Amino acid sequence: METVNIKINGMPIQAPKGATILEAAKLACIDIPTLCFLKDINEIGACRICVVEVKGARSLVASCMYPISEGMEITTNSPKVLSSRKKTLELILSDHDRKCLSCVRSGNCELQKLCNDLNVKDEYLYDGDRTRYELDDSSAHMVRDNNKCILCRRCSAVCDKIQGIGVIGANERGFDTNISCAFDMGLGETSCVSCGQCIAVCPTGALLEKDSTDDVFAALADSDKYVVVQTAPSVRAALGEAFGLPIGTNVEGKMVAALRRLGFAKVFDTDFAADLTIMEEANELIERIQNGGKLPLITSCSPGWVKFCEHYYPDMLDNVSSCKSPQQMFGAILKTYYAEKNNIDPKKIVSVSVMPCTAKKFEIGREDQSAAGVPDVDISITTRELARMIERVGINFLSLPDEHFDDPLGRSTGASVIFGATGGVMEAALRTAVETITGSELASPDFKEVRGTKGIKEATYEAAGLTVNVAVASGLANARKLLDDVKAGRANYHFIEIMGCPGGCVNGGGQPQQPGTVRNFTDIRTLRAKALYDQDAKMEVRKSHENEAIKTLYADYLGKPGSHKAHDVLHTTYVKRSVNMI
Amino acid sequence: MGSQNNTVPFAGTKEQESALLKVIADHKDDKGALMPILQKAQGIYGYLPIEVQTIISNEMNVPLEKVYGIVTFYSQFSLNPKGKFNVSVCLGTACYVKGSGDIFTKLQEMLGVEDGGCTNDGHFSLESCRCIGACGLAPVLTINEDVYGKLSVDDLEGILAKYK
Repeated sequence: METVNIKINGMPIQAPKGATILEAAKLACIDIPTLCFLKDINEIGACRICVVEVKGARSLVASCMYPISEGMEITTNSPKVLSSRKKTLELILSDHDRKCLSCVRSGNCELQKLCNDLNVKDEYLYDGDRTRYELDDSSAHMVRDNNKCILCRRCSAVCDKIQGIGVIGANERGFDTNISCAFDMGLGETSCVSCGQCIAVCPTGALLEKDSTDDVFAALADSDKYVVVQTAPSVRAALGEAFGLPIGTNVEGKMVAALRRLGFAKVFDTDFAADLTIMEEANELIERIQNGGKLPLITSCSPGWVKFCEHYYPDMLDNVSSCKSPQQMFGAILKTYYAEKNNIDPKKIVSVSVMPCTAKKFEIGREDQSAAGVPDVDISITTRELARMIERVGINFLSLPDEHFDDPLGRSTGASVIFGATGGVMEAALRTAVETITGSELASPDFKEVRGTKGIKEATYEAAGLTVNVAVASGLANARKLLDDVKAGRANYHFIEIMGCPGGCVNGGGQPQQPGTVRNFTDIRTLRAKALYDQDAKMEVRKSHENEAIKTLYADYLGKPGSHKAHDVLHTTYVKRSVNMI
Repeated sequence: MGSQNNTVPFAGTKEQESALLKVIADHKDDKGALMPILQKAQGIYGYLPIEVQTIISNEMNVPLEKVYGIVTFYSQFSLNPKGKFNVSVCLGTACYVKGSGDIFTKLQEMLGVEDGGCTNDGHFSLESCRCIGACGLAPVLTINEDVYGKLSVDDLEGILAKYK
């Protein structure tokens, strides 16, 4: 690697050619503060928090964008630099709703931390005219509070560039500049797919999920209700971050213990329903291949992806698997099979889900998601909301013992736990589909070609003379690329997995927020995914069709995959939507 | 800025639409095509309502929000149509010193629109402008081609009545 010699604060260092000052400083153990900068997402050098002095330069330079060169002398900590950063913060605060005490981000707000770090003493120093905005709560999953927006544009960048949607952006100019939808429409009136990636990247409390924690507490306090919880695979890979644990710590045992202490009657696992999804989806795939059905078959686990397809590729909805998502399958089985077996009135069950996802809040309200005549899932909360609940009631998360999910809907396999990572559903489906087609056991259950965080992955497998071409995409701009290739006949796949969020659910819009300073230098997706693949590798049962609880469910209730009963309970329908509303 | 969103019903014609589609087709593959397309679209329709921006968004495969962001950034673009009679009040220094601010405020009240707005019936639009070079007549307003000078707030009712 070619390097250049530079000096940072008088210390000589060698750094790779082409690196930015920000990256080079990191090598010298100096974290230059940033605010608008998000690597590969928002590289616009706009906020001026990361400014540094470069000898010979006319003015302070934005270190996030400025490349180093041979002999460069950089100062990151001079009074001029520090006072410039402080002034920038004071000016941002002059048009900011400074209600930090009641703000959901208090404690992990990037603006708050910068103000503390840079010694801002008076948040009212430049008190004057302020722009005031009404909250936008028109969508099912989130609230936009522009009064706390600092116009960093991370949200609009992730929406446009990474998700290929672009329903929010900067409008007006000067003091009136604001992030909003075209023609001041509410987010709920646009083709927003509810993925929540904007929330995940927001440095302040301007974007937040619709908080349902009070609803869950109310249900738990109602002695007339039977409140059951399910947790998605990737929640266990990220919840610990909210309590200071390193990224990628698997906290399944403590999470189960915490949920039990919150008072849920049963603590079950969405993983069980993920295994069920595989049974139904693998069956659907085999049927379509053998009977000349519509191909490629595309997974339907990700509600953000499903809504994206409805808006942007309505002509491809027949390709999307009719399987409900694991969240909804779980709710459906809970309120039908489980309720019948245990003599519980489904109307008395409150079905709560903990998800890494904000689109799940939209999904629970969809049509055709009520197998028992009542909604399959009543309340869907994010990983962040669960962390808030645990803190609110004073459960000392880090001291909790490791506990196990309840039987039987807590029983799962290695195949289902990897659902949380991009490629995981594909691998789980292949484990079952290949064994079903060949009738013999796989030498190894690993399909490593579909692992990893690459945006688009392809592989070809042979099974009993059948060639199966598969593709995996995560992040909706990648999905768009893949689907355009399919539509144009440039690609020929049998089975496609699409996840709305880049990297899959581990990087979902409902996961604990990591600040830009961490995101820019840490591969969060890979670390969280590793927690899931490690768990899979350690599990005794690693194939969905070998889950004993699933076998019992089919024997007792559903018959076989794709049966009439299975269709009634576990499958759903989609609607065509448009991109622009007129 | 909700106030800028007009309530005058869209009355675009087939001819205007085909002219717009031709403009889009001509520019489709150009780099930075949105600006010239928006300029020409405003030339065709006189303003850029949601109906026009939606055609551009759909044809160009660009999010409507991106189009709207550009339109609201540049003051040359208007979301509102001009009325049959466009009232333009000079807020330049001389006129302002002579009280054109009060005149503008009164007109906003009388017409029920803000700066750049148009009455729901499409009859009057109101805008502020800077010096029109008639400082000797300050304060000044124009209605289409007609110029009115040395105004007071009390004159306004009589002037508007001529255009009813």
